[in-house]
Amino acid sequence: MSIFSSKNFKLLSNPLNLQNPITVQILGICSALAVTVKLKPAIVMGLSVMVVTAISNLVISAMRNYIPPRIRIIVQLVVVATMVILVDQLLRAFVYDVSKQLSVYVGLIITNCIIMGRLEAFAMGNKPWPSFVDGIGNGLGYAMILIAIGFIRELFGSGAVLGFNVIPKSFYDTGYINNGMMIMPTAALILVGVIIWIQRSFNKELIEKD
Amino acid sequence: MKSLRNYIDKKKPLFSPGGKFAKLGSTFGAIETFLFTPNHTSQTGVHIHDAIDLKRTMTVVILALVPAMLFGSWNIGYQNGLAFGVERGIIDNFIFGFLKLIPLLVVSYGVGLGIEFIAAQIRGHEVNEGYLVTGILIPLIMPVNIPLWMLALAVAFAVIFGKEIFGGTGYNIMNVALLARAFLFFAYPSQMSGDSVWIYDLPNKVPIDGFSGATPLAQIGQGAASKMASFHDMFMGFIPGSIGETSTLAVLIGAAILIFTGIGSWKIMLSVVLGTLSMGFLCNLLPLNAYMELPAYYHLVMGGFAFGAVFMATDPVTASHTEKGKWIYGFLIGVLVVLIRIFNPAYPEGMMLAILLMNVWSPLIDYFVVEGHIKRRLKRAKVKANA
Repeated sequence: MSIFSSKNFKLLSNPLNLQNPITVQILGICSALAVTVKLKPAIVMGLSVMVVTAISNLVISAMRNYIPPRIRIIVQLVVVATMVILVDQLLRAFVYDVSKQLSVYVGLIITNCIIMGRLEAFAMGNKPWPSFVDGIGNGLGYAMILIAIGFIRELFGSGAVLGFNVIPKSFYDTGYINNGMMIMPTAALILVGVIIWIQRSFNKELIEKD
Repeated sequence: MKSLRNYIDKKKPLFSPGGKFAKLGSTFGAIETFLFTPNHTSQTGVHIHDAIDLKRTMTVVILALVPAMLFGSWNIGYQNGLAFGVERGIIDNFIFGFLKLIPLLVVSYGVGLGIEFIAAQIRGHEVNEGYLVTGILIPLIMPVNIPLWMLALAVAFAVIFGKEIFGGTGYNIMNVALLARAFLFFAYPSQMSGDSVWIYDLPNKVPIDGFSGATPLAQIGQGAASKMASFHDMFMGFIPGSIGETSTLAVLIGAAILIFTGIGSWKIMLSVVLGTLSMGFLCNLLPLNAYMELPAYYHLVMGGFAFGAVFMATDPVTASHTEKGKWIYGFLIGVLVVLIRIFNPAYPEGMMLAILLMNVWSPLIDYFVVEGHIKRRLKRAKVKANA
């Protein structure tokens, strides 16, 4: 199997749409609500999850034949926790302010359902390279939604994008006010709902038959 | 009339299935049934025809809202006069306020009905009357200074996310009008609470000395309970507040109309009052702060209590449907109102949140009431079988 076969490409593209971890599998909602007030933490969080998922997938997949099935969850957690600590230290070293904003949520990547889900469902039964691609794909799918929500919330909640004010002052002078609800987690939940709504109206096969 | 009928009949094929504008069929149908009584009759089987349909129900509720609306218009003018020391007659006050209310009504109906028409068009349903009452309720529970674009945004949010995504009129979980208010309350708190939003023009101009514009509920929170309006003034509604909610008397007239026609449930209204009074008395026994010292019956005339109890809590879609459930639902609203008013200093008014919370609970209440009935009857059936 070549490195960039169509099968591998599918592993990468599927989580972006039809198997999106947030909008289709409804995993990892907690962090999606918590870190998307501003765009910058959302991007960093998305990247962190992507790195952790990809590398954990790679490591677990490489070890998959040596892990006793009874203690596999513990082994998986050890690998994920190691990765998360590494990412956390890197964030603290290079982007300290964002690390402060993300606070506990970087540590909570350990319990992110997406990562455990991919390890259990994919890495335990597949070769290292496809597992790595699968991790990147799922991380991208997660990051994509986070960035979309973070962008909308920062734009309407704080009138800025990546910290730069983009709504002109003349708007505020005529009575425009930033939407306070966008800063609350409620807005993120509603936005996730809207994204799911839009996605399903384009992909009819995602709609459940009742 | 005749020529209008002929004109509509002539255009009808264009909008029927297969016609040129078949996609706009439901808009056409809405206009036709608005202008002329529809002559659709059932083709098969036996049907019971009731004189009360959705349109008539809505019309009666709007009639019941008229006293509150008229008083609210007058109060806008009256409060503005108090704040800036302007003397006006009753009629002038009324006209002053009514002119401030009209833009709110126009925006509310324009945006709400627009979305309703588009949603009906997309679904291929008939346009129904679901928004008629909501459209008048929303301006009545807004502060008079609310910017029109905020109102439009709130109406759009409430109609789309409160009603249309659940399936349209009759399927909403929460009261649409209150959802619009809750949206603004959390999104733009500076425009929805505080002392200056309730009186027209107060944020822009300096009032006369000693005038604060705080609502009685806010005054208690500020430790100025002694400055509060008298019970009589609060009952009549000579106090600052959202447009339609201040006068308990005007709301009571509306309540009488609703109860007399059987459209509003008297059980809910009564149990809300009972819940408030019992929780209020309980707090009076242990007065830890100024809100708890407030005599229990004062809660009935303050803030949006009366308006909410009569027009919001009784919403037939979102309230409990079982008879026993209505008592529980109303009583808990009353209890929650007092609890929110007393223990949450951030929200001086609790009616909106109490009703929204109980809206969410009402299906659960119904479920347990029905389960209870089933269990009781099952027990009876079993005893008979044994005998």
